[in-house]
This record gives sequence, structure tokens and C-alpha cells, in this order.
Amino acid sequence: MIPERVREDFPILQQRMHDKPLVYLDSAATSQKPRIVLEALTRYYEEYNANVHRGIYFLAEKATQAYEDARVRVARFINAPRPEEIVFTRGTTEAINLVAYTWGRANIRAGDEILLTEMEHHSNIVPWQLLAAEQGARLRYLPFDGAGRLALEELDTLLTERTKLVALTHQSNVLGTITPVEEITRRAHAAGALVLVDGAQSVPHMPVDVQALGCDFLAFSAHKMCGPTGAGALWARYDLLDAMPPFHGGGEMIMLVQLDSSTYKDPPYKFEAGTPNIADCIVWATAIDYLEGFGLAAIREHERQLTRYALAQLREVRGVRVYGPEDVEQRGGAIAFDVQGAHPHDVAQVLDQEGIAVRAGHHCAQPLHRRLGLSASTRASLYLYNTPGDIDTLTRGLEVVRRLFTPRTAVRDR
Amino acid sequence: MALDDLYREVILDHYAHPRNRGHLADAHITVEGANPLCGDELSIYVRLEDGVIQDVHFEGRGCSISQASASMMTEEMRGKTLAEARGLVESFKAMMHGQASAFDETDLAALQGVRKFPVRVKCATLAWVALAQGIDEFQQGKPAAVRATTEAPE
Repeated sequence: MIPERVREDFPILQQRMHDKPLVYLDSAATSQKPRIVLEALTRYYEEYNANVHRGIYFLAEKATQAYEDARVRVARFINAPRPEEIVFTRGTTEAINLVAYTWGRANIRAGDEILLTEMEHHSNIVPWQLLAAEQGARLRYLPFDGAGRLALEELDTLLTERTKLVALTHQSNVLGTITPVEEITRRAHAAGALVLVDGAQSVPHMPVDVQALGCDFLAFSAHKMCGPTGAGALWARYDLLDAMPPFHGGGEMIMLVQLDSSTYKDPPYKFEAGTPNIADCIVWATAIDYLEGFGLAAIREHERQLTRYALAQLREVRGVRVYGPEDVEQRGGAIAFDVQGAHPHDVAQVLDQEGIAVRAGHHCAQPLHRRLGLSASTRASLYLYNTPGDIDTLTRGLEVVRRLFTPRTAVRDR
Repeated sequence: MALDDLYREVILDHYAHPRNRGHLADAHITVEGANPLCGDELSIYVRLEDGVIQDVHFEGRGCSISQASASMMTEEMRGKTLAEARGLVESFKAMMHGQASAFDETDLAALQGVRKFPVRVKCATLAWVALAQGIDEFQQGKPAAVRATTEAPE
């Protein structure tokens, strides 16, 4: 496992919360940032802040170089064939919206179908609802089974000649399920559909190789992988990007502007109107360097071991039910659970007093919770800086929850 | 901030043993309150006789604060006119937003502890805001089920 001293790299983890050591278990929402990322951000603003792709002077050149180096770095991180296939966005949500508004409007027609799954985050549902309503297309959903796995046996029925796009998560932000993207992509392509992968929860936690996945689009965010908020990327095959109409109009994305019309730059600049988020994209590369210092395979292994430990420990707490796959080969470290007799909000409140940060609510996945028959759940999610000790603190905290809420309610043993 | 302030014994008692819980078949006012972000959901049913609240029931699921507050409210409202009920809602909201309690002799006083946990105030006020909305729409001649929330700014 990754040694515990890695925690020293994260200034925020050094503080106490309600007079107890902070146990941060909400990395699926956003990760914490190592000191070198924070320092790189300060260095950018103190030493070479300038607008990109415009200036002749030294600072502008240096900022442009760093910004484009970051693009190369991000491309290499997911094994994209060309850096021009990386479009910087505000994050995963904007990347998915970019595809819906540009590729979607140009390619989705009345009667077409878009296949999603029932475990999607709202950011991979709502943009397609907007597109479908506008174009008269239809959304269909691949369900998941009681063990939190996608019901692949229904794929053949749902994939038809009307299916133009399959958009799915690579790793569920609630159930932790790692989906079989390669197989689904193969079958989608055979049916003539393109595939968009929501990599918000996978790219930070395991090696992701777009060429191995075979998908057509990948959306992901910097802030869930030790980088800053407000930066992310869309990766897409160059031929797709080249054929797609622009997203936002403005400076930086044009070749020539006349009074009635304009011509546009080649990808990726066609999709990056206005001054981009220069600082955060540059610093994202620092975060990637940091993660690759451990190796994504090592981070995945760390989380696999920690998840196995967490699932075993949580099973020991009476009244706790964990959702998602039991087999850690099939899941990542986002662990949703409920405590009988205690609402997730109360669970999170009590845990907060113990210094433990977990998430309570629907985690932007209402259809998934409805499918589970829940309106909310509690979620603990892991990253490289979490330790078995964090899990022990969590299970001790859940005992406090039980003491507070169960003597008054009839709790059935599970 | 101590948890004891939030989870007072009387609150946990109402949560575990909610009063007036369940559907009310011949309700004159039906309101649904929901805070989707939290996952708090309530339905409130009011039966009237000669303009006086004869019975208030609630059902739903949610956190201890939202459920206990709804349970306490059903006890408080019985026998009140709609105008009195509306006044109680305003007094309760005022108490939850830091003003003096008008409920010192009742279980509701225990909910003052929630004020120390600002994000939970909306859990406590959900049932009350929903009831107020139901009363308002009933008086405007719209007796159909309405929806209320306390997640948007009140």
C-alpha cells in the first residue's frame, strides 16, 4: 500500500476537526490537493501569469508553452494518440455538455436513441435529456442488478440500429462499480453507435487508456485527481472533433472573423473560446506528475486493499448495509451505505462531530437511488491518502451513530 | 457544538415514535414537502371542521430533525384555526432563525438546538413551510395537492 506519510503532502489533512484528527472520506466529491500543486499555482501567478496564444513577450510565451505542455501531459496520461485531441473544459460536466451541444445537435435526429445506464451521475443524464427533447430523440437506460453490476444481458435488446450513442460511467460515484467499458464499446460499435465514457471517477483512481478502451469520447475533471477545481478535459478522436461544429463562440477559436461569418481554428482551439483557465490547466499537469510518482496502478492497488478492508469492517457494524459489488475487482473506493434507523443526514452529522467527512444525500444520482428504493445514502470514498486507520475511525463513528439512534428503534439484525 | 444540542431526547423520541403518522383519507388540505438534496420527503394532511383544524397527519421519510419536527407540529396544530396555524408557522420559523421561542412549554422548544447547526434548519422547517403553503393555497381556492421545499431560499 501507499505509505501513510503521503498524508504529509496534503496541508489540509494536518488540521483537527471538532478537536479530532480530520478523516477525509469524500474524495469522490473532490480530492484534496498536495502542497506541490498549491505551490505550482502560486508560482504561475507570481512568475509567469500572462494570456496565452497572443503575446509576443516572454511571459506570454512562457504561459502558452506551459499551457500547451499541460495538454500534452493530459493526453499522455490517458494514452491519447494526439495532444490536439484534448479539449480543456471546466470539468466533466462541461465536457459532456460540449458533446451534447455540438456532436449531438449535428448527429442526433428524431427517432434516434441514446443509451445511458441507470447508475449515471446527473451530468451524464441531463445534457442528453435536453438534447433528446430538442431533437425528438429517445433516451433508454441499461439497468443494474442487485449486486450493482450492469445488466449486460439486456444490452442486445437495448442496442438497435436507432442507437446513435452510448454514454456511460466508467466507475459509479455511488456504487463504486467499475463498468465493462471495453465490452460495451465493442458491442456498441458493432451496432453502429459511438461511445462516450464519463471518466470523472475512474481517471483519478486507475490507469485509463483510451486506445485500450476503444471509446470515442472521454470526459474527466482535474479536481478529483489532486488538481484544482474548474479544469477538466474532453478527449475525443480527432476526426470526430474535426467534424463537430464549435461550442462557444468568441476569441481564440476563430481564424478569420467577417461581419457575417467566421472561420474556425482546428481542434482543439475551435472548442476553447475566450481566455481559458490557464493557471488551473497548467497546475493540473503538476497533479498528474504527482500521481504518476506513485503510479496509477499502485493507487488502484492501494484503494483495492483499502476498499476490501472497509467492506469487511462495515459488514461488522450491526444495521449497516453496503451497496455495490462485494468483489473489489469489480469496484472502486466509493462506498455507499445506510444505517438502519438513522437517516444519512443524521449519520453524516454524527460522523462530522467525530472529525469524519462523508457525504449524505443522493450524490447527484437520483435515478440510481430510486432504483435502490432510497431517497438518500451515506457515502465514504477513498483516495491515496486514506489509511486503514481512517476506516477504523469510520466504523467507531458508526457505533456512535448506532448508540444514538438504535436503542429507540426496533433494529432487526441483518 | 455538541451533538446533544441537536439530538435532544425529546427529538429522538418523536423520531422513533412519530405522533399522528399516516395517511388521512378525507383530508381537506394535502401538501407534499421535499428537500431532494437531503432526501427529506413529507406528506401533510389536514382535516378541517368549521374552519378549525381537527386533525393533522404526516407521512414520509427523512432525517430525525425533519420527522420529529413534523410529528411535533401535528400535535401543536390540532384545534387551531387556519389563521392561528399560519401564525404558529411564522413563530416557529422565527424561532428557528434565532428569535425568541414562543414554544417554551412544548416539545418544540427542543428544536432550538438545531439553530447551532445552520444547514439543518431547513430540515426542521420543512413540515411547517409545507403546511403554510397548503393553507395559503387552500384559502385561495386551490385545494389540490401542492409541493413545498425549504432548499431554495425562503
